[in-house]
Amino acid sequence: MGDDQEVIYVSTGRPKPPIPYNMRDVVLPGDAACPGCPIPMAWKVLSAVFGEKMILVIPACCSSVVVGTYPFHSLKTSIIHVPFASAAAVASGTAEALERRGILDVQVVAWAGDGGTADIGMASLSGAAERNNNILYIMYDNEAYMNTGIQRSSSTPLGAWTTTTPIKGKIEPKKDVAKIMIAHGVSYVATASIGYPHDFYNKLQKAKGIRGFKFIHLHAPCPIGWRFDPRYTVRIAKLAVETGLWILYEYHDGKLTISSPSRAYMDPSKRKPIEEYIKLQGRFRNITEELLSEIKRQMDANWEWIKKHM
Amino acid sequence: MGMKKALTGNYAVSYAVKLARPDVIAAYPITPQTSIVEKLSEMIENGELDSVMIRVESEHSALAACFGAAVAGARVFTATSSQGLLYMHEVVHWASRARIPMVMAIVSRTINAPWNIWPDHSDFMDQRDAGWVMSYAMDNQEALDLVLQAFKISEDPSVYLPVMVGLEGFILGHTTMPVDIPDESMVREWLGPRRQGYIIDGSTPLAVGGLTMPEDTENIFYGIQEAMNEAKKVIKEVTNEYNKLFGRKYSGLIECFHCSDAKYITISIGAWSGDLMEAVEKLRSEGYPIGSIRIRYYRPFPMEDIWEVIRSSKGVLVYDRSISFGSYGPIFTDLAGGLLTYTRNPPYVSNIVAGIAGVNVTAEDFYKLTKEFIDEVEKNGQPPGFKWVMIRR
Ligand SMILES: Cc1ncc(C[n+]2csc(CCOP(=O)(O)OP(=O)(O)O)c2C)c(N)n1
Ligand code: SF4
Repeated sequence: MGDDQEVIYVSTGRPKPPIPYNMRDVVLPGDAACPGCPIPMAWKVLSAVFGEKMILVIPACCSSVVVGTYPFHSLKTSIIHVPFASAAAVASGTAEALERRGILDVQVVAWAGDGGTADIGMASLSGAAERNNNILYIMYDNEAYMNTGIQRSSSTPLGAWTTTTPIKGKIEPKKDVAKIMIAHGVSYVATASIGYPHDFYNKLQKAKGIRGFKFIHLHAPCPIGWRFDPRYTVRIAKLAVETGLWILYEYHDGKLTISSPSRAYMDPSKRKPIEEYIKLQGRFRNITEELLSEIKRQMDANWEWIKKHM
Repeated sequence: MGMKKALTGNYAVSYAVKLARPDVIAAYPITPQTSIVEKLSEMIENGELDSVMIRVESEHSALAACFGAAVAGARVFTATSSQGLLYMHEVVHWASRARIPMVMAIVSRTINAPWNIWPDHSDFMDQRDAGWVMSYAMDNQEALDLVLQAFKISEDPSVYLPVMVGLEGFILGHTTMPVDIPDESMVREWLGPRRQGYIIDGSTPLAVGGLTMPEDTENIFYGIQEAMNEAKKVIKEVTNEYNKLFGRKYSGLIECFHCSDAKYITISIGAWSGDLMEAVEKLRSEGYPIGSIRIRYYRPFPMEDIWEVIRSSKGVLVYDRSISFGSYGPIFTDLAGGLLTYTRNPPYVSNIVAGIAGVNVTAEDFYKLTKEFIDEVEKNGQPPGFKWVMIRR
């Protein structure tokens, strides 16, 4: 593993916090992801923070497939594949065992989709948070059950088409898992986006320094399920933030702070119209004016909530 | 030095676990298992036992946490019953397929609905295809001894499979008997440090359980079948070692009672085998050439051992305390299937399902039923077939 602190600067404008150039150390070429998949993008950032010193606990989800087929393996780190509902519980056990054995430099990372987190895995997630087990739980939120063919999850947004909401789109609002985790009183909860790797990198670094339970809710647009051209994954991720729909923040020891990519959008006049985000995605093709204004109303309420708790 | 204590079956399990000193224990309550993990919690909090207790939010998580810890190199233990075991079932399979040694006690209680907390073997038998070595105790002493042996067997390199130890709720679980507790340092030396096939602890990249093509998956499953065969040898070795070290007289996979000259044999598992033996004793005193086999290890199924005993017998009566609805009792099914691989002329074999959902079956009942079976074979020259016996008092 290259320990050299070579850095890349991706921006031509204002300077970004550096990401060490070791993003490819762990993520090897030849994974089984679809073109434009957000998962390997996020893994590269994870790689830059933890290198091989992580144990990924992966329940049933796209990621179980993306790593590749035995005996091949597109990640140079350890993985425990586990039953759908059990990521947080398995990770808890692994973390306890490592601590018991005096291994303190390996981070156990539960890496689960929104279905495995917001739905079937909710009880085990809540249990691990309440026990404050020393794990980092990352929910990569592609807003549906992609592995089984784009069915709605409780994290699917209002109005979105899925194969189980095929005509009307989802009629319930998106479950806000980050807020649920804040209510658990854990030390660290953050939202992140694959469109902002520097921000994600910083949050992972922060989480790395905290013992106990940490949660990161990572917004991860999926070209297959959201019905957009694979080249737009990052653009759509950024648009979610720029429209104010996805708000990047950190909650650390009771203090909530808006992260820099989202800071400008506290001012509603700076936000791009959400139609810009919506119109690029086939899943919102049949959305009605009513649902659109309901989405705006919920977005405003979310901003109000965040401002109140800052 | 070892010592004698009056212990319930559940506490006998707790004491065995204490002697095995697991690194991690997961706890989730369900009647009649609960007092095992309560006792262990007490031992941990008063400093008698240095284990990490993970107080999880469900049985699914209990076994998942044990799995996660065991994969990372920890010796682990958990216990459950009935609905809890059913709730775990997905992870039960997961652990064996990963070839991860671990030990779990099953304090049997029937499966609901309707709500019922009395014991039969249906929860335990429900797990028979999961790839765990499965033993079942007859009394509290054996419950303790089987749990200790379970750690040794599970962590044997030619096995590396999880082991579950069954005992009947209330009948053993909550009944006090004198139990001989082995000397802790002797147990420590005998068990030795934790052994397992691989460890995922971040020292080297390693993955378990990922997407695998059919041929490789089948290969992994075949490995479990081979390990089960190996386990038969290992169980016998471990039992012998244990007998020598701790002064017991257990046989291996099965226990025989009056078998050597018997023309008729009964087969059973669990606590009611004691009542059955009483009935056999009485029948013997009346001149019936009867013996009984008690199964100590249900998986791997001890077909060879049973065959050695019954090959020259005239009739075999299997008592099952659970039912595969629409079929027969599970022990009968295993036996009947196995027999045909040995012979085209098997003895007369019959199956009685009784004691379901906690219905009490006494020595007197066994006496009557067994006698009926022998008389019928003698008179009609054919086995009476499958019977579900409902005992109403
Ligand atoms: C107990 C159980 N139920 C259902 C499934 C089938 N299943 C596998 S992956 C999956 C959906 C995963 O969705 P999500 O967690 O959102 O991850 P994604 O596939 O979107 O990456 C489902 C339903 C399963 N593996 N286990
Ligand atoms: S369906 Fe979406 S999340 Fe799943 S592998 Fe394909 S692009 Fe990635």
